[in-house]
Amino acid sequence: MTSPTKAEGSGSAVALDPELETTAEVAKGEKKLEGRSPGQLMWQRFKRDRTGVVSACVVIFFFLIAALAPVISKVYGKNPYTLYAQEPDFPFLLDDFAMPTGSFGGMSGDFWFGVEPKLGRDVFTMLLYGMRTSLYMAVVVTLASVITGVLIGMVGGYFGGRVDYWVGRITDFFLGFPQQLFFIAFMPVVTALFVDPRDETPTYLRALSIILVMWFLGWMGLARLVRSSVLSLREREFVEAAKVSGASPWRIVRKEILPNIVTPILVQGTYILPSTILSIAFLSFVGVGFVEPTPDWGRMFAVGADVYEEDPMFMFFPGVAMVVFVLCFNLLGDSVRDAFDPKTGR
Amino acid sequence: MLQFLIRRLIGAVVIMFLIGAFTFFLFYTIPQDFAQLSCGKNCSPENIAVIRENLGLDKPITTQFWEFMSGIVVGRDFAVGHCSAPCLGVSFNSGEFVWDSIVDSFPLTLSLTIGGLIIFLVFGLGTGLLAAWKRGTAVDKAVSGASMVLSSFQIYFLGPIVVGIFVFSTGWMESPKYVPFTEDPAGWFMGLLIPWAVMATIFTAQYTRMARSTMIEQLSEEHVRTARAKGMKQRYVFFRYAWRGSLIPIVTIIGMDLSALLSGAVVTEFTFDLAGLGRLAVESSQGKDIPATMGVMLFGAFFILMLNIIVDIAYAYIDPRVRLS
Repeated sequence: MTSPTKAEGSGSAVALDPELETTAEVAKGEKKLEGRSPGQLMWQRFKRDRTGVVSACVVIFFFLIAALAPVISKVYGKNPYTLYAQEPDFPFLLDDFAMPTGSFGGMSGDFWFGVEPKLGRDVFTMLLYGMRTSLYMAVVVTLASVITGVLIGMVGGYFGGRVDYWVGRITDFFLGFPQQLFFIAFMPVVTALFVDPRDETPTYLRALSIILVMWFLGWMGLARLVRSSVLSLREREFVEAAKVSGASPWRIVRKEILPNIVTPILVQGTYILPSTILSIAFLSFVGVGFVEPTPDWGRMFAVGADVYEEDPMFMFFPGVAMVVFVLCFNLLGDSVRDAFDPKTGR
Repeated sequence: MLQFLIRRLIGAVVIMFLIGAFTFFLFYTIPQDFAQLSCGKNCSPENIAVIRENLGLDKPITTQFWEFMSGIVVGRDFAVGHCSAPCLGVSFNSGEFVWDSIVDSFPLTLSLTIGGLIIFLVFGLGTGLLAAWKRGTAVDKAVSGASMVLSSFQIYFLGPIVVGIFVFSTGWMESPKYVPFTEDPAGWFMGLLIPWAVMATIFTAQYTRMARSTMIEQLSEEHVRTARAKGMKQRYVFFRYAWRGSLIPIVTIIGMDLSALLSGAVVTEFTFDLAGLGRLAVESSQGKDIPATMGVMLFGAFFILMLNIIVDIAYAYIDPRVRLS
């Protein structure tokens, strides 16, 4: 973000020819021709894309408040578990119908985002903590899916032939599963792996089960993508040269092929993450994900839909937060794609 | 064409068998004590023994698997009576045949899926084409922006808002409900209108973006440019050349989205409190009703495979290369 004026001057976000760019820079600054790595070029193009920068800031903001949720709730002085309606400090929080008193779902200086109907918990901290678990889990699931997808795709694409055939069939097989039904159906089974069904399931084991189930059906798209990219890269001259000079397959994959497919992997990853968040929220929404009293993003929608007629404001903040997050993440993904590969202009 | 169809059908049968085997072994082998799991808390040893016998858990696993698989094809006999051909076992909780409960709840999911599919294809592809046609104008910007925002919405957030506006506030429509099509076609249509609209809105937004970008890509192809250079009319170039070419990637993406489509229908069911396949899945899953859960899973997979075959046929129809290979 060194020179925003220059960004506006260059008009559209489409990147200039890298060489032109260098000469322009040289004319202005020191008279030395600098080489730039593809990473630097990408970063320069990205900085000029205003939508991309704004979405990146919003996404970072979401991760920050999620990470700092305990600190924020300490400063703010509330937590997502206390039933404030029963506290003597707040006598008129809920009315006779157990709905928040006051306008806009009980929003006030004490309760910024209002109060939960029926139980009287604080919406602001509930949302913070709900986002926290969702984001952490989504990051884990995305990383696991990306690594698995890349490994499987690499194996199929690099070895080709019969290996490729079987890897492709296995991928197709997993694509045939009805995703959400699978999540719903396998949650109890996976949970039963860790906990005796007679016992109460601890929250972290629930999280682990959700992560496992999502990871299980999360890698196929990426595996397909990586496979097809590797398949075409494998035939290129530089790979052949590496082979002739005696490089091991592992080295070729790591040093020759992987750097060339980082872009599609990264872009695909930015699309997997928001969709994972939506899936986690969906599980809680239908009641097979997290249970009370763990604060959860998705369950807030279930509560919100229940009381929508009486208290529509309850759903407002969780909903808007989710829309903004998903929107910014998708925009960020598009910007990253454009920055890496200016040919695929919109 | 017939050969192509037969090949696809055989492939589908193989995949169904594998999914069945996979789910069966996952369900029946992993939990420590399966009878205990289905019996839940505070279960006496006698009850567990009865459940074990009813489920045939005292038999070796391969025998159980064979009985389950052959039951799907020829039916099975249970203590409660004969379970005819596509037999998926008996539900623990309701004691009904799993197939019967699926048949009861499926019409709603099917209505949602197909209705939603038609709506979002018409609107999504239509607006996408419009945006590509008017590329760079205000129309294009408005359509693209709106679709970007709407595709970030969720069914369970948009649903209550729409119901709030059209049902609670204005009273223009009644709450969404499901009436079987055979009983009252008009009621069926009106009852599902809001769920369809909400479900289709999110998919429409995604398909608008997709259709627009594929069309723009196609319009920059060389054969399209040649057609233009020959002096063909813009409309002719647009529909006969570019549209024809972009159908192939669009159909491919529809094929890949079928699972998401079923998921969308399931979410929609929950949002509007309608009892379909998703509700059945959650109820069975929460009640640790393993046969029912597994039945729903298998049926869902079957449904997606069938839709996939339809997409493949469409594919072969659009792209001659598929038929020839």
